[in-house]
Amino acid sequence: MSRFERAFAKGPALVTFITGGDPTPDATPALLDALVEGGADVIELGMPFTDPMADGPAIQSANLRALAAGTKTAHLFQIAADFRARHPDVPLVLMGYANPMTIRGSEWFAAECRKAGVDGVICVDIPPEEDAELGPALRAAGVSLIRLATPTTDAARLPAVLEGSSGFLYYVSVAGITGLQQAAQASIDEAVARLKAATDIPVAVGFGVRTPEQAAKIAKVADGVVVGSALIDLVAQHGANAAGPVRDLTRALADAVHSAR
Amino acid sequence: MTVQDPIPNTFRNQPDDRGHFGQFGGRYVAETLMPLVLDLEREYTAAKADPAFQAEFDDLLEHYVGRPSPLYFAPRLTDELGGAQVWFKRDELNHTGAHKINNCIGQILLAIRMGKTRIIAETGAGQHGVATATVCARFGLPCVVYMGATDVARQAPNVFRMKLLGAEVVPVTAGAATLKDAMNEALRDWVANVHDTFYIIGTAAGPHPYPELVRDFQSVIGKEARAQMLARTGRLPDLLVAAIGGGSNAIGLFHPFLDDPGVKMLGVEAAGHGLDKEHAASLAGGRPGILHGNKTYLLQDEDGQITEGHSISAGLDYPGIGPEHAWLKEVGRVDYTSVTDTEALDGFQLLCRTEGIIPALEPSHAIAAVKKVAPTMPKDSIVLVNLCGRGDKDIFSVAEHLGVTL
Repeated sequence: MSRFERAFAKGPALVTFITGGDPTPDATPALLDALVEGGADVIELGMPFTDPMADGPAIQSANLRALAAGTKTAHLFQIAADFRARHPDVPLVLMGYANPMTIRGSEWFAAECRKAGVDGVICVDIPPEEDAELGPALRAAGVSLIRLATPTTDAARLPAVLEGSSGFLYYVSVAGITGLQQAAQASIDEAVARLKAATDIPVAVGFGVRTPEQAAKIAKVADGVVVGSALIDLVAQHGANAAGPVRDLTRALADAVHSAR
Repeated sequence: MTVQDPIPNTFRNQPDDRGHFGQFGGRYVAETLMPLVLDLEREYTAAKADPAFQAEFDDLLEHYVGRPSPLYFAPRLTDELGGAQVWFKRDELNHTGAHKINNCIGQILLAIRMGKTRIIAETGAGQHGVATATVCARFGLPCVVYMGATDVARQAPNVFRMKLLGAEVVPVTAGAATLKDAMNEALRDWVANVHDTFYIIGTAAGPHPYPELVRDFQSVIGKEARAQMLARTGRLPDLLVAAIGGGSNAIGLFHPFLDDPGVKMLGVEAAGHGLDKEHAASLAGGRPGILHGNKTYLLQDEDGQITEGHSISAGLDYPGIGPEHAWLKEVGRVDYTSVTDTEALDGFQLLCRTEGIIPALEPSHAIAAVKKVAPTMPKDSIVLVNLCGRGDKDIFSVAEHLGVTL
């Protein structure tokens, strides 16, 4: 069983996102530990990028704070490898944009992921049509490529999105950027049912999920709930002292998600 | 690259059906946008084959934009440089004062054809924003223009023009608050308003099919110039020269000549303060990467973080370049060079003084390159330069750089 399979086997999972290097590379390990201590089942570590065009203001600012603190790709892989040593069982996903992932070649990136114990990769701006850019190298290295499905992914397109994806499917519940609007629960229910009918891999729902109440409702239908911007807001507010507040919010979210088990 | 890449028997059949120009181009967009990009491709393919679409485009270019633009022989500049004859394609005489309007006419016709009811655009210097606001006023569609806050401050006349034309101008404060940040914000708007919004991209870049359709709409420049030159001189030019930011005016001039083996081409990037300092020359100082939906040459660091472009010309101040130029550089069909801010200022003044034409700072880069190359060519040879914009918008910044208080 892979780490993903174990994480989702227990029932609905909480997937949490923070941006690596925000506010500094040194502060990130304690924040990741806080997520795990709070009960997160899957960790997404954002790779900062100068031009995060799918992200709303919260994650945009986190990216820029991380880069201003001197965060390099090498830091991200060190943070990942150290996380793997501390938490042998918690699935770790790198999430980011194509250019930092492919600039040294996809084989290099996939090999670094494997070495650091990264389980999966989400690349926002490589759709199935451009899979050759990253997908084959990740699959060859045994790293899951986690694709995004959105409200605009229609039935005709869905098979292409599912082809070659593994780990879990990330359903972007609003046509928009991270952290702003919230999708109507009915639309989430309908979409998740449609996706689950088409695939056996777990379906996690994100974008605009900020509170335990929202998370609990989504956990009733989905295999996972993704929360990012609400946690990033705490990092923005508390900086290097954010571990406590991040742990508390994560615990509230985890309790809500796991109550659906 | 393999040892022997075959030389293509045509340079005019790009991109392939997936939007790739060799290894460049493509569709690197978020999944939310992907279905829209595919819709746009389908609709553009249908429009291209529809004589009514082409007829409406041609009619608007003739009666609204003022095409064909003149082809002009510049006698005093030619004498001053002492070599090749210098000719200009006068796209600065278009309605709104630059080549940008050609593309905006084509894209708004596509938007209407697709039933979209709201238009967004990004702009740097404001020329594309003004052109977009213009066509939106002409067709009665609401228009939102994203513009870096830095550019809003330094391009006040164009901001006012856009507002007069009824557009909403949204200052973007993210990043360095210039063109690339405006493009990020336009993409964020688009992804949140996919149901009713059409994004009019201003240059021959972005996800497929934008580089192709912008090129096709701008190719009116080269098609006219080729016919005009043959009619006037009975021959084709020896060298084409055009400035390059994203590269839409250059590809518009070059593309119809790409399969004329005797016609050399020179694209001129902005070397800013110098290639060893701050500049915007993606081909000279960048390397391939992925940004804003396409793979192309980008200014970036070793981790793939995008660095800021700098040029005296806000229209060239972009850290990337259209993917077809990246391909034309790699296959060697087009030569690319760069000129500094100072050289461009000299070119600007040279044209004012010799021909009574105040050029924009963008084509001033092309003029600066001609100043270097024309004297090395025989007197019976012909250089054709794309005069892609007029300089009214630039007189304030030129005055500042020349130390003149207005």
